Amino acid sequence: MDKKVSVKVCLGTTCFVMGSANLQELIELVPRKYGDKVDVSGVPCLGLCSIDWEFSKAPYVKVDDDVIKEATVEKVLAAIEKKLSK
Amino acid sequence: MSMNSTPKQTSHLKREILVRLIKAFLSDNFPENTRLIPFAMRPKGSEVPYRCCIHKERAILRDRAVAGLGMSIEETDDSVLLSTLAEESLKRTEPEEDPLTVLTTACKGCVPSRIYVTDLCQGCVARPCVNTCKFGAISIQNGKSVIDPEKCKNCGMCVQVCPYQAITKIIVPCENACPVGAIAKGEDGHAKIDFEKCISCGKCVAACPFGAVHEKSQIIDILKNIKAGKKVIAMVAPAIMGQLPCTPTQLKEAIMELGFADVYEVAQGADVTTKTEAKEFEERLEAGAEFMTTSCCAGYNELVEKHIPEMKPFRSDTKTPLYYTAEIVKKEHPDAVTVFFSPCNAKRKEAMQNPNVDYVLNYEELGAWFVALGIQVAECSESKFKTEASAEARNYAVTGGVAKAVQTMLPEHLPTYPVVINGLDKQSIRDLKKYAKNGVCELGNLIEVMACPGGCLGGNGTVNAYKQALKQLTGYVNESEHLVNEENEKIEK
Ligand code: SF4
Ligand code: SF4
Ligand code: FES
Repeated sequence: MDKKVSVKVCLGTTCFVMGSANLQELIELVPRKYGDKVDVSGVPCLGLCSIDWEFSKAPYVKVDDDVIKEATVEKVLAAIEKKLSK
Repeated sequence: MSMNSTPKQTSHLKREILVRLIKAFLSDNFPENTRLIPFAMRPKGSEVPYRCCIHKERAILRDRAVAGLGMSIEETDDSVLLSTLAEESLKRTEPEEDPLTVLTTACKGCVPSRIYVTDLCQGCVARPCVNTCKFGAISIQNGKSVIDPEKCKNCGMCVQVCPYQAITKIIVPCENACPVGAIAKGEDGHAKIDFEKCISCGKCVAACPFGAVHEKSQIIDILKNIKAGKKVIAMVAPAIMGQLPCTPTQLKEAIMELGFADVYEVAQGADVTTKTEAKEFEERLEAGAEFMTTSCCAGYNELVEKHIPEMKPFRSDTKTPLYYTAEIVKKEHPDAVTVFFSPCNAKRKEAMQNPNVDYVLNYEELGAWFVALGIQVAECSESKFKTEASAEARNYAVTGGVAKAVQTMLPEHLPTYPVVINGLDKQSIRDLKKYAKNGVCELGNLIEVMACPGGCLGGNGTVNAYKQALKQLTGYVNESEHLVNEENEKIEK
């Protein structure tokens, strides 16, 4: 069986304030859309925001090992589609 | 009705500026590091994501920083350096009177409101548009409907009658959102707020797609007081408990880490409001009153003062939860500087009228502060509140919550019919005017009014998405102790 795509939405403080508050909908939306092909969860600080000034690129989402900067629902869905079509 | 509708991209920019301002304040050279903010955000050779050129982008970022420094963008000369303004911001002893300022450079791009014929127009034979226009503004030229802008009065009748829906009204988002007609795009192309009419509801802040309407931040004033070693005390509104990814007791600890001496829940004052208001309602009803409205929403209170004075006799005389909380804090700590942590812009006005409330900080600003200091709220330890508030008080942040709390404290035999006005808009204001004029509301007798849809959780200064915020806050409410109505208990026994 194919390996599942893993989606980690950073809900650490920096990402949350810079916009991941609005990405929480992914946690309900993704399973509805992709069933068990994708694992999605909210996670604590991924450690990316504390690198000097990188808060400005938050919120971060990880799709498998790829980091999405300034993530939006649309960007994350596009990244999932790409993984699934491979 | 939209909640938390602030376009995401503009809130990202606003928050980034705030983070950088706070970092600049905490650095060894506040003025110079403030001056550099637009250059740090758009360094030489960087991409120009939104405007025509890098210089315009920087000019706009500069103006946003001016609002972050708590100053009026309209009244600040373009030639003054941000470094000079940063120094000036340190000198003021109280916040500026009008809480909002408009970023004129960003605002110019937005088209003025007008009626517009699209190319869906078929030049039909019936021509209902020509026939319904009372001002003779429409004629048919080359088989298409054409509007004479000189004669058009923007009434929108033609929009409604066209069978092809070919005519549309171009709206200006801020004008459209304002429930009292206080903001309008002027001749000079940018929006102007008439502060005589403005009720500070913050709807224009949330509605503008350019993020052109800014609150004048008081963050510098607060930082300055903390740095000077003053005893600065936080008073947090009930709505805050749904805002950040941590527990309420962790949030208290996180706020202490910013340098605050203590944190009080404004829900503590809400318990006083509930009891006082319930008593008042009972007395009024016994004296023959047909209805009473609540009085805790600052936007609604300003609406009554400025636009519906005839409502004053029907509005509760009970003070707001913030009022009672600030009174308690100043009594316990006469030397303290008090900061109200607010979900909305309207409370800035209320704070200005109350000598016990020194400053206001919204949740965007609080969030930016955590980001600037790299505080992860979920990693903070738990710190308990000295005085616990009731479940009913903590639920004030949700539409319907205030009326429900008051109802808990009313005698069972009293005929109480709560009505909830969930957000002020043109329609609900018309309804309120009608109740005030007729002296009666056919829907009930205890009218709760909240300016923001969804209640304070839907305020313009919040960060969390409404649904999640509600879930989080409800969790807290459910683990809190209920208010006890001793009178009713006695009767039951
Ligand atoms: S919505 Fe209003 S404030 Fe925003 S750009 Fe348009 S006219 Fe200006
Ligand atoms: S704050 Fe509210 S009342 Fe004031 S201009 Fe904006 S929308 Fe209108
Ligand atoms: S909070 Fe998301 S990477 Fe740190």
